[in-house]
Amino acid sequence: DIFIPVVENAGSEPVSKVLLAFPNIQAKNLAAIRAFGTEGKVKGLSSVLPIEVVEPSGVPPELTFFSASLHKPLQKGKILHLDVLTVFTHFLQPFPEEITQADSQLVVFQDSSHYLSPYPVKVQTLSIRLPGGRVESYTKYGNTKLVDSELKYGPYEDVPPFSYNPIIVHFENNNPFAVAKELIREIEISHWGNVQITEHYNIVHGGARLKGEFSRLDYQSRPYARGVSSFRHLIARLPARAHSIYYRDEIGNISTSHLWSDSKKTQLEIEPRFPLFGGWQTTFTIGYGLPLQDFVFSADGKRFLNITFGSPMEEILIEKLIVKVVLPEGSKDIDVSAPFPTNQWQEVKYSHLDIAGRPVLVLEKPDVIPEHNLHFQVYYKFNNISLLIEPMMLITGFFLLFVACIAYMHTDMSISKNSPSYLAKLQWDEVQATVQQIQGIFHQCLAVHDKLETSLHDLSRTGDAKSCKAARKAADAQFKELAKELKPLLLSVQSSPQSYQIWPKLDDLVAKERELQDKLMARHATVVDSVEKKQRGQDIENRISSQQQKIAALRQEVESLLEYLSEI
Amino acid sequence: MAAAILAMVPSYISRSVAGSYDNEAVAIFALVFTFYLYVKTLNTGSLFYATLNALSYFYMVCSWGGYTFIINLIPMHVLLCIVTGRYSSRLYIAYAPLVILGTLLAALVPVVGFNAVLTSEHFASFLVFIILHVVAFVYYIKGLLTPRLFKMAMTLVITVGLAVCFAVVAILVALVASSPTKGWSGRSLSLLDPTYASKYIPIIASVSEHQPPTWPSYFMDINVLAFLVPAGIISCFLPLSDASSFMVLYLVTAVYFSGVMVRLMLVLAPAACILSGIALSSAFDVLTRSMKFQLSKLFDDGPAISGNGSPNGSSASTVNTSSSKNEKTEKSEAAPKEKQSKKNRRKDKEVTESVSVKPKKEKRLSVLPLEASIVSTLLLIALGGFYVVHCVWAAAEAYSAPSIVLTSRSREGLHVFDDFREAYAWLSHNTDVDDKVASWWDYGYQTTAMANRTVIVDNNTWNNTHIATVGTAMSSPEKAAWEIFDSLDVKYVLVVFGGLVGYPSDDINKFLWMVRIGGGEFPHIKEPDYLRDGQYRVDAQATPTMLNCLMYKLCYYRFVETDGKGFDRVRGYEIGKKHFKLTHFEEVFTTHHWMVRIYKLKPQKNRIRGKLKKLKSSSKTSSTLAAGRKKNPWQ
Repeated sequence: DIFIPVVENAGSEPVSKVLLAFPNIQAKNLAAIRAFGTEGKVKGLSSVLPIEVVEPSGVPPELTFFSASLHKPLQKGKILHLDVLTVFTHFLQPFPEEITQADSQLVVFQDSSHYLSPYPVKVQTLSIRLPGGRVESYTKYGNTKLVDSELKYGPYEDVPPFSYNPIIVHFENNNPFAVAKELIREIEISHWGNVQITEHYNIVHGGARLKGEFSRLDYQSRPYARGVSSFRHLIARLPARAHSIYYRDEIGNISTSHLWSDSKKTQLEIEPRFPLFGGWQTTFTIGYGLPLQDFVFSADGKRFLNITFGSPMEEILIEKLIVKVVLPEGSKDIDVSAPFPTNQWQEVKYSHLDIAGRPVLVLEKPDVIPEHNLHFQVYYKFNNISLLIEPMMLITGFFLLFVACIAYMHTDMSISKNSPSYLAKLQWDEVQATVQQIQGIFHQCLAVHDKLETSLHDLSRTGDAKSCKAARKAADAQFKELAKELKPLLLSVQSSPQSYQIWPKLDDLVAKERELQDKLMARHATVVDSVEKKQRGQDIENRISSQQQKIAALRQEVESLLEYLSEI
Repeated sequence: MAAAILAMVPSYISRSVAGSYDNEAVAIFALVFTFYLYVKTLNTGSLFYATLNALSYFYMVCSWGGYTFIINLIPMHVLLCIVTGRYSSRLYIAYAPLVILGTLLAALVPVVGFNAVLTSEHFASFLVFIILHVVAFVYYIKGLLTPRLFKMAMTLVITVGLAVCFAVVAILVALVASSPTKGWSGRSLSLLDPTYASKYIPIIASVSEHQPPTWPSYFMDINVLAFLVPAGIISCFLPLSDASSFMVLYLVTAVYFSGVMVRLMLVLAPAACILSGIALSSAFDVLTRSMKFQLSKLFDDGPAISGNGSPNGSSASTVNTSSSKNEKTEKSEAAPKEKQSKKNRRKDKEVTESVSVKPKKEKRLSVLPLEASIVSTLLLIALGGFYVVHCVWAAAEAYSAPSIVLTSRSREGLHVFDDFREAYAWLSHNTDVDDKVASWWDYGYQTTAMANRTVIVDNNTWNNTHIATVGTAMSSPEKAAWEIFDSLDVKYVLVVFGGLVGYPSDDINKFLWMVRIGGGEFPHIKEPDYLRDGQYRVDAQATPTMLNCLMYKLCYYRFVETDGKGFDRVRGYEIGKKHFKLTHFEEVFTTHHWMVRIYKLKPQKNRIRGKLKKLKSSSKTSSTLAAGRKKNPWQ
């Protein structure tokens, strides 16, 4: 967590490489090292120098060497400004290792006041910037100064190579020691227009462990005094135009989060379910969608994803970062370019409606710090037609389903064509069909009855007996015709074994109807006769009144029977 | 209509939050499906449906203990049919396979097992089964013999049959009476005798779902259906068929059961929905028909013969006279009934209010004035609209909030109390996987599911002693409680405390049940010790036993320091004992609103073995520390 800016002077023969040395115990925790070189005195453009691990001969084995290769060899007598930035993790040890809720967190810093170098050093100073607050103790040498929160050692002149002068600083540090034990970032590309990022965090407070009680009372009444070593929120800086942001854990949404967004960035402040004290841990997941066109571009017939590697969280150390890039199904020729070495392998992920599965590129890197938040690129080939495969599959599936339904409805699936129940069903269907026909005939009959009725009405108004007779004749003919039609139908119903329920009713109906016809005809005849004989209306009414009642009764019976039939 | 009403009845929505559902939701489906198949079999007389019926009964047995409702209701209906002379072969087919197949299948379910034939809940079904066979036999003989012979045979059968019956019943009664609860399980007994549970089984009575409901809860759960149901009953009586008599019987029993327990409102809801559906659809039927008729009369004014050719449509006058005649006859029929009972009168009133269906022949003749029918249609639609609004409101406001996340509205907007999940998340991430957590059983499932920790008692703990042990620990003084918890290998104790924010269903309010249940098993816990003059209180008047019990201490530990007085917002007074220290427990976590407090059992101090261990471990850590610091590459 401490960076050491170093200025080096070199002056002998032309050299093309500069060696940097670190003790193994520090090199183990070295998360990032970067060197910038500027030739000459002018503060001009500094260029990044490539750095690699080397093992020169004849040096102590406790040291690890890095060599920065210069862009062009340094001539004799020339001066090179070299800025080296190193980032170490787990450099500060909490001491004491367990504190109570009310205590401040104290940490120990160990290093050498002399710069550990394979070269002789002319002038060197060391300054340590502390986070402010109490300094418990520090190693005192002759020219050591503590001004405000900056501790200065030196200047030392003409230091021989590999000189070492240990120092220890013990100071208060209440910065959040947020450590993600593991972070899995899943970047899923959908060519429908979205890049979905899901991040699974497992966060622990890496500082001094909490000992004894946690009292909410103390924490709430004096949060700065009691609980100063804890932290309660983290801030994530998401890219601009991030949308559908969520923050949850395995038991559901976590309601304590805030979001601000403007055109340049989206800032998400998340608060874990409880404040984190030393040694406490929690897990959560955040997810957000990004517009595709901001992160996926195409060049030379290939597409590439260009997105940052690390976590969007500020001030967080990730002990193990796994980045999974889920490419759409059907992507080919996958290639990655990352600015630093990572472990890489490929997986396959199955999602909805996948056949071959989606290729997943996995990158793993230990000890990731905010300095690693650089862009990396994933190149792949993808045909837009593949986008349509899944909708087409769905459409085809539904189409086939409906076709199958139609086919099922149109085929006879019964196992045995001779089984009695099947035959009975067939016969029953037949009976029903004929009964319907019969009903039609009876309705026609009733219509003829109505016609007769109307002709009688006309008669009473006009006294035209001839037309009335003609109507009767026509009705008679119609009745005969209908009876002819009815006969085979009735026979077929009677012969069918399924008609035992309806047959008596039907029989009854036919008889009643016949009777009704006869009565109607008879009444018609009497009325017409009496009209021809010029009898008085009153007499006619008297003569037919009894018939009238019978007719009405019959008609009602016929209708109720018909209704009964229609209900079957 | 009934389906539409059922789809949004608040009673069901209360059983499902955000798409997930209770096993009772499944059970009610099985229940209604079984009833449907029973009625279907009764109507068709098909063995196929009878078999399906037995299968769906099996499904019901698998899903809920409420299956005893089916196996008692259906025999009741069968008995009713027999008594009212409605015996038919369809009834036999509907019932006999159900009893045989259903009992066999039910016995396959491990929880039921031989209870399916042994307990009194199932006794009614077998009794009715026997009666049904006797009746079937009688009908069979009646068909075979001449009336004279039949009479003779009848007397013979009745004497012999009665003798056998009495013998069997006597044996059964003797068997049943030998058991103390008369063969009934506690649950059924608490249904039959509503005061039973509170007398003998405090654990059943302690659940709020098992309390009798209040009137507002009826209105909340079934809303306007409560008013439509009586109309539906009347519709069922006109005409009374096997199916409609079953509906009425179902409704009546369900109303009774829901009156005993709030939870059984769930059984009432489908019956209420079906009957209101019947009422509404028949009302609409009558109203729209009379509207249609009146409109056609308006348009086809005059003597012209209308095209539809039906005598009803052609001459309005005859219809009117006949309809008025009809009403007269109806009234004359109704007149003697009116004298009989007040109920009938009420029904007849409703008939004239046209909420019911008239028998088939009268149907096409009953006509209401146009204005009246339009207005009442509109009113009915408004009623339905009101129901929909209420259901949506209930679903959105009352039942959609999960009980685990509480919200309150204040001037600044919605305030979320997410304390339960905060505590469970803390437990799940910051305690050891094998640690056991003790809490009252209400939080057992939640702790298991959300915190992934073993609990001592949970919502499905059948062992009463277990629950009583935890209750005893909570109501004991600290030292005794520590010993009980230590013997249970408990590491953490979780209590729910609402006194700071005013959350009423907290452990202090449930505490009396813990005392009762604990006292039921361990007699040294006596309820009167916790009550001052029969009153439960935790203020200065409270008894010393109360103020020294573990639950009080864990809830109010350092509570006084929040406001200096220790004012409990749920109880509405200052607590009794304000300043005290815990000696055997230490607070390890309290949530943001103090709703959940978690304590850890302190390790025993004065044991030498423990001391040694501690010394060892501390020396170990110090040595590793030293080693860590000694590791210096530069030396």
